[in-house]
Amino acid sequence: MAAVTAPTTTVRPQRRRFSPGRALAWTVMGLIILITLLPFYWILRTALSTNAGLNTSPADPLPVDLSTSGFERALGLQSAEEAVAQGGAGGGLDFWRYLLNSVLVSTLITGCQIFFSAMAAYAFARLRWRGRDKVFALFLAGLMVPTIFTLLPNFVLIKELHLVDSLLGIALPSLFMTPFAVFFLRQFFMNIPLEVEEAALLDGAGKVRIFFRVILPMASTPVITLSVLTYITSWNDYFWPLMVSYSDSSRVLTVALAIFRAQTPATGVDWSGLTAATLIAALPMLVLFACFARRIVSTIGFTGIK
Amino acid sequence: MTIASNSPPSRLPLGDASGAGTKQRIRRAATRENQGDGRLAALFIAPALLGFAVFLLWPTLRGIYLSFTRFNLLTPPEWVGLDNYVRMVNDPIFWDSLWVTVEYVVINIGVQTVSALAIAVLLQRLTQSAWLRGIVLTPYLMSNVVAGLVWLWILDTQLGIGNEIISALGVDRIAFLNDETWAIPTIALINVWRHVGYTALLLFAGLQAIPGDMYEAAKVDGASEWRMFWRITMPLLRPVLAVVLIMTVIGSFQVFDTVAVTTAGGPANATNVLQYYIYGSAFGRFQFGYASAMSVALLVVLSAITVLQYRLTRAGQTDLG
Repeated sequence: MAAVTAPTTTVRPQRRRFSPGRALAWTVMGLIILITLLPFYWILRTALSTNAGLNTSPADPLPVDLSTSGFERALGLQSAEEAVAQGGAGGGLDFWRYLLNSVLVSTLITGCQIFFSAMAAYAFARLRWRGRDKVFALFLAGLMVPTIFTLLPNFVLIKELHLVDSLLGIALPSLFMTPFAVFFLRQFFMNIPLEVEEAALLDGAGKVRIFFRVILPMASTPVITLSVLTYITSWNDYFWPLMVSYSDSSRVLTVALAIFRAQTPATGVDWSGLTAATLIAALPMLVLFACFARRIVSTIGFTGIK
Repeated sequence: MTIASNSPPSRLPLGDASGAGTKQRIRRAATRENQGDGRLAALFIAPALLGFAVFLLWPTLRGIYLSFTRFNLLTPPEWVGLDNYVRMVNDPIFWDSLWVTVEYVVINIGVQTVSALAIAVLLQRLTQSAWLRGIVLTPYLMSNVVAGLVWLWILDTQLGIGNEIISALGVDRIAFLNDETWAIPTIALINVWRHVGYTALLLFAGLQAIPGDMYEAAKVDGASEWRMFWRITMPLLRPVLAVVLIMTVIGSFQVFDTVAVTTAGGPANATNVLQYYIYGSAFGRFQFGYASAMSVALLVVLSAITVLQYRLTRAGQTDLG
């Protein structure tokens, strides 16, 4: 993984005088930023409008009839009659609950998967045992199987375990490892100088202690980056939870959003409520990303090989 | 999979599994076994190995097995030999959805790769701002479902701002997601919006590994940015570009979420991509055997493409150094 070790040759372009080429390049860049960010504003503007207002002035750049009714509907704070009167479906979706489910599933997956993967990565990188290379080769072969191929048989398995429609059923297949996480962390552990570990050994520390006190702290940046990316991935997953969850008890945000969309009332889509729900689903990841943005954008090069 | 260039850890994964080197290493490991960490290693590897065996290896084998059976989830699978595959080859909807998927992948990957490359180069040559890189990445933080819904609203025929702008320009409104010709390109571009920043950052990382003095030297020789792009950037980025291309193509073939929330395969099967058809066969018509056979077909197609791309682009080699 080149980007880990390659000397970062930051080519700082000297401040040059105005040139048409550069101006054009900045214009293109500005356009890209606009296309990237405008949809977010538009969603916010729509969520803060009423459905009636949206129907009368669809092109108004500001919220029409500024109101939080969309959010109230998404969070189940409105009565069914009230919701229907404002262009909602009155289906009683409770996004607080789905938010909690999403947090539970993503936290469980991220915590367990990273920890177990790190343990395995340590065993592959630094422990000596018979068959190590063969087992590692097997893991690497697993990297070649697209996750999507395992979904159907995994569903059959989860059904046999009677875990359909449970949060554990959603989390279980990704709980123990992904070949990528193991491979990624092993690569980092191998780059930690052996001398550090030997010094700790001389001090009488056992290998378990070294793993927790030396290896994990020294690899904290990649571990954190991998954790954030894993959290985002499991938060955004739709296909697998769609297969496994059937009722409120295990419904996560992505699945709930799709149901909200499918419950289109006769009067037309409840855009105000739907965009509010969309924001509720998206906001936590934006906040999470904002906290770690610098670390993530500068390490994304070598975490990207998924 | 790894981006191979000047990285010191020499035990790269591909092709590492066989050959004399591995045997030697295993023998060496075996002779050291007396002082080895067998028990501790077993403890450390156990959870991951359990997960690997139960949720990756077993389902893979089982998926292949199920493709040779008739299975509706309620009664035990019944062996039917090649029936599912014969049916697949004769199923016009299967071929149609494979074709739709290919069309999607070509548009999605084509536009995405060119735009990502442009963004990466702009980021590298204009500014090194981490801020800007963060902004470019934001759509990636959304789920496909969210991205699909956002654009479903923007492109809505009656109320969407996209169509408001189009009609303000005096052009007829376009039913982007309800039109047989427009639906697939639209979905492909929605997913470009979500993924292009991530792809651009991968390429940007690749660009960072190109020594800066090469550009300096070229500039002294009076080379233009355009010339430098084709003579320095492209050749040296090739290995990274190749790996990124393989990854994104594999991901692109698995498109499902966006279709599920925007068009549900319609209008008239125009967006019935392979994964959506597989899902419908399994969970709509409870033909798990047939769905598995199509999954195997997709797996074979993806493996073939990966090998082919790897060969064509010489992904494992580098021109650097």
